[in-house]
Amino acid sequence: MHRRNFLKLLGITGGVAAASGTGIHKASAASAASVKRNPDAVGVLHDSTLCIGCRRCEEACAVVNNRPGPEKPYDNRAVLDTKRRPSVDSYTVVNKYPGQGARPVFRKTQCNHCQEPACASACFVKAFTKTPEGPVVYDPSLCVGCRYCMIACPFTIPSYDYDKVLNPLVHKCTLCAPRLAEGKQPGCVEVCPTGALLFGKREELLDIARKRIADAPGKYVKHIYGEKEVGGTNWLYLSPVPHEELGQPVLDATSVPELTSGALGSVPMIAGLWPVLLTGAWAITRRKEKVSEEERESAVSAALAKASAANAEELRKALEKAAKDKENALAKAEKDKEAAVAAALAEAKAACEAAADNAGGTDAAGQEQAADAANAGTKDGGES
Amino acid sequence: MRGLIRKLKTLPIPTLREAVDFGRDTLLSIPRTPGNYLTAAILLLGGLVTILRFTIGIGGVTNLDDANPWGIWIAFDLLCGVALAAGGYTTSAACYLFGLKRYHGAVRPAILTAFLGYAFVVIALHFDVGQPWRLVYPIFLSQGTTSVLFEVGLCVFIYLCVLFTEWTPAAFEWLDGRFAWFDGFINWRKIRNFVVRLTIPLTILGVILSTMHQSSLGALFLTSPGKLHPLWYSSFLPVFFFVSSMFAGLSMVIFEGGLAHAGLHDKMDQAHLDSSHEVAFGFAKAASFIMAGYFCMRIFDLAMSNNWAYLATGYGILYLVELFGFVIFPCFLFAMGSREKKLWLVRFGAVMAILGIVLNRFIVCLIAFNWQLPSDERYFPSIMEVIVSVFIVTCIVTAYRLICHFLPILHEHPDYKDAH
Repeated sequence: MHRRNFLKLLGITGGVAAASGTGIHKASAASAASVKRNPDAVGVLHDSTLCIGCRRCEEACAVVNNRPGPEKPYDNRAVLDTKRRPSVDSYTVVNKYPGQGARPVFRKTQCNHCQEPACASACFVKAFTKTPEGPVVYDPSLCVGCRYCMIACPFTIPSYDYDKVLNPLVHKCTLCAPRLAEGKQPGCVEVCPTGALLFGKREELLDIARKRIADAPGKYVKHIYGEKEVGGTNWLYLSPVPHEELGQPVLDATSVPELTSGALGSVPMIAGLWPVLLTGAWAITRRKEKVSEEERESAVSAALAKASAANAEELRKALEKAAKDKENALAKAEKDKEAAVAAALAEAKAACEAAADNAGGTDAAGQEQAADAANAGTKDGGES
Repeated sequence: MRGLIRKLKTLPIPTLREAVDFGRDTLLSIPRTPGNYLTAAILLLGGLVTILRFTIGIGGVTNLDDANPWGIWIAFDLLCGVALAAGGYTTSAACYLFGLKRYHGAVRPAILTAFLGYAFVVIALHFDVGQPWRLVYPIFLSQGTTSVLFEVGLCVFIYLCVLFTEWTPAAFEWLDGRFAWFDGFINWRKIRNFVVRLTIPLTILGVILSTMHQSSLGALFLTSPGKLHPLWYSSFLPVFFFVSSMFAGLSMVIFEGGLAHAGLHDKMDQAHLDSSHEVAFGFAKAASFIMAGYFCMRIFDLAMSNNWAYLATGYGILYLVELFGFVIFPCFLFAMGSREKKLWLVRFGAVMAILGIVLNRFIVCLIAFNWQLPSDERYFPSIMEVIVSVFIVTCIVTAYRLICHFLPILHEHPDYKDAH
């Protein structure tokens, strides 16, 4: 399965950096796809079989763009022996490569003005714009200086004013956009003495390049560099040797904006899906807490109920026991009373008998005394 | 300095005295330990390089050039900084969303670390970008919505605000009743309670934003299949960055827990001390699972891109060292440590995992980036770049120590025992 398709699938199934179909579509539309189809967009064809490495283009470029120019004069051919790259001081350089026969091959380097520019899609302040006319232009008033354009550029073209403190900027070829607006050709093309540089509409330049390859079999490798690379560039190259040998990177037809569109397309998915899942997770947690809280509460109340039932039973027993005790005590008291009454009666009787034995006259008094004692015994027994 | 402090202390205005008088602590009462001397030296040195950076420009202090526009200020300060500050979202999500309440004591320190981490990421960016005074442009002036970096910037900006808000209750608790002139018109307790009520939405927002920008940091390099070595270039880079940020955050919480115990033990209350070991073991267990999954994803990716042949090269050895030495090995340490309840194993695992994250971000951003360039065109950081990065880390540690010294981070505020 193609990896991007896999990513799409992952996006649908809730993956992280995956892309929805609409995400990819939108992110592509946001790049320069609409500009791509402008048939009138201009470009330059560099035919390295015609280039003699005179460096007049470098000079013209420095003049047009108001650059200081190099330390060594432009006619110093020894400069060509070391590899150079475009810089803040010179937006274009010509390098010499061994080639196949005795004759070296020269190739000019500058911004290729991609149809779907990496720099424009990478810039987080939209400082780069792909104009419908062809040039990729830079707005220095917006640039923050993050240098992500330099990371993203597949040709490593933009350069930076590292030594400026207050207003460092990104520098690169403008395809002489201001001159094009005046109806002029780019500075480098105008000055080229051999016709190695050809300015025109990109579509027409492609036809010319194809014709050159067809007309002179064996003169060129059958590849127009820039026709398909990273979605096509407005600069096109013909070479007698494979383009890698001229230091041109081997690149896929996939444009840089397409490479990041999947990840960017996943943003709305994350923003949509994550709150649902996370709130869900939180809700589940809450519910679990609530259920466990309820379970805990019901367990507590059950335990309490059990405990109070046990308490009630004990209380009942205690009360019963108390009642029994009271009954027992009462019965005992009754018995005691009866015994006391009986004893008192017996005592009184004995006293009566003794009195009757001693003197007949005191009989009545002895009987009274015995009745008193019996009464007191009853009273005592009732109270006890 | 002494004179200045003495002057400040004798100022007759009572409110100003109140403002500079945090109890009895002044600059002079900082203990004169070797660590503090080292801190002071680094801060001084960093200050000097800062002055240089803003007087002679980026070119004067860095080894950056047109082919190597990003150095350690991006690889370490931004990429590692953001990944290692992931403890904020992982801890708060674990505690508040996934109901792991026993990690409660870890939330405040993790949020503070994340906030400081992000704050200093932004400060470090002021060194790196050419015109730092324009850093607000992408948010307020000209939105480059097709840029992955725009997404990173916007998410980091919003997340910084979220983290700051999540952190404020600690500050409000500290402010409550401290300064007399606020009394009467600001009710700190009320504000604090309001912010605390926002915890759940803020946590969810934090996880969303973290998912986005952690993965987008990986997506930054999707633009460069021609420059990044095939062993690391993958359309899954965003997923790798996000998943690795999870265990980076967990490892940082474990690691920091160890450091804080060594340095700020007296600031911890019993609740924090009791839970901290449990936090370490729980996080280690989680991290070991995530790392095992991450390892499998990396291997699957290797298989899907059919990059096996590269394993026999020098970069292949680096790849294997990264994956086995700094992913599977710490994963094993975490698993062992959490099972056997061995704190030293878990802490060792955390250190290895953190080193692994740093290694991974360095590889993607620097070591395997521009791998096809001849060695004399490759980048190596200048001493001043290293000083700035060390300076930033020292600033974070110092700020953390200061805040933990004053605010209720590692202990609960006596007046706010309920729940934070």
